[in-house]
Amino acid sequence: MTQYSDEVFDKVRTALVDALGVDDDEVTPEATLVGDLGAESIDFLDIVFKLEKSFGITIPREELSPEDILTNSQYVKDGSVTPEGMTELKKRMPWADLSKFEQNPRVQDFGNLLTVGDMCNYVATKI
Amino acid sequence: MRWFWIDRFTEFVSGSHASGIKNVALDEEVLDDYCLAYPYLPPTLIVEGMAQLGGILVAEHFDWDQRVVLAKIGKAVYHRPALPGDQLRYHVRLEGTQDHGATVIGTSHCDGELQAEIELMFAFLEPGRFAEGSLFHPGDLAIMLRTMNLFNVAVDKQGNPLAISDKI
Repeated sequence: MTQYSDEVFDKVRTALVDALGVDDDEVTPEATLVGDLGAESIDFLDIVFKLEKSFGITIPREELSPEDILTNSQYVKDGSVTPEGMTELKKRMPWADLSKFEQNPRVQDFGNLLTVGDMCNYVATKI
Repeated sequence: MRWFWIDRFTEFVSGSHASGIKNVALDEEVLDDYCLAYPYLPPTLIVEGMAQLGGILVAEHFDWDQRVVLAKIGKAVYHRPALPGDQLRYHVRLEGTQDHGATVIGTSHCDGELQAEIELMFAFLEPGRFAEGSLFHPGDLAIMLRTMNLFNVAVDKQGNPLAISDKI
């Protein structure tokens, strides 16, 4: 998995503090965006804008939101991602730590998967 | 009451920036009850005015194909109240675009002084969300924008007059 610098973390933290109105010390690498920092769906668009501006990068939606995989009956069975689907997710999101999700890969839990550290890893792959 | 919070477009460059005027008048109902004995234009309606200016800038940039709504106010700073008799000069600049939204930076000036600064994020309603099709009845948006002088000042990226789209 990609390692990110302190500079990357600082810029990601600034973006999240601005977008979500959280305190600096709440933004830890382990904090989940939805569960711990309270991000709602519209906030993700705001976060993407802020990261694009801060790092001078372009973030295609499908890279952060693999909805096509999670809604594909080939990769989802009985509300859970199949092993084949997990393989696709790992290919699409090599920067994300999917190990915990993989233990019980219910689609409904995917929304609360991403952590601050994942976002830093993702950005580090783009710069 | 019509929900117009700019009186007139004064400049519009497709995909770049737009300017407009808002005159504050004592006979506006909205000034009556907001702050008794000290009438001024509620700051939220200054945001709304710049959001209307910015929303049109975004919608036109996407060729009127998206249903553009104000989704987030990233920043709003007011430096002085907008009093009856004041003329606010709004300016908005398209800062960023994505497949699902756009960001705009705006300022309001009065008597040459910075009156307010904002950062806005617009999102595009997904098909079927709230309603199918346009947010406006056919022709209504075109009439509104003509009333606000848009097509007298609007130019495309090459500086040519902007045509009135049949999509609005």
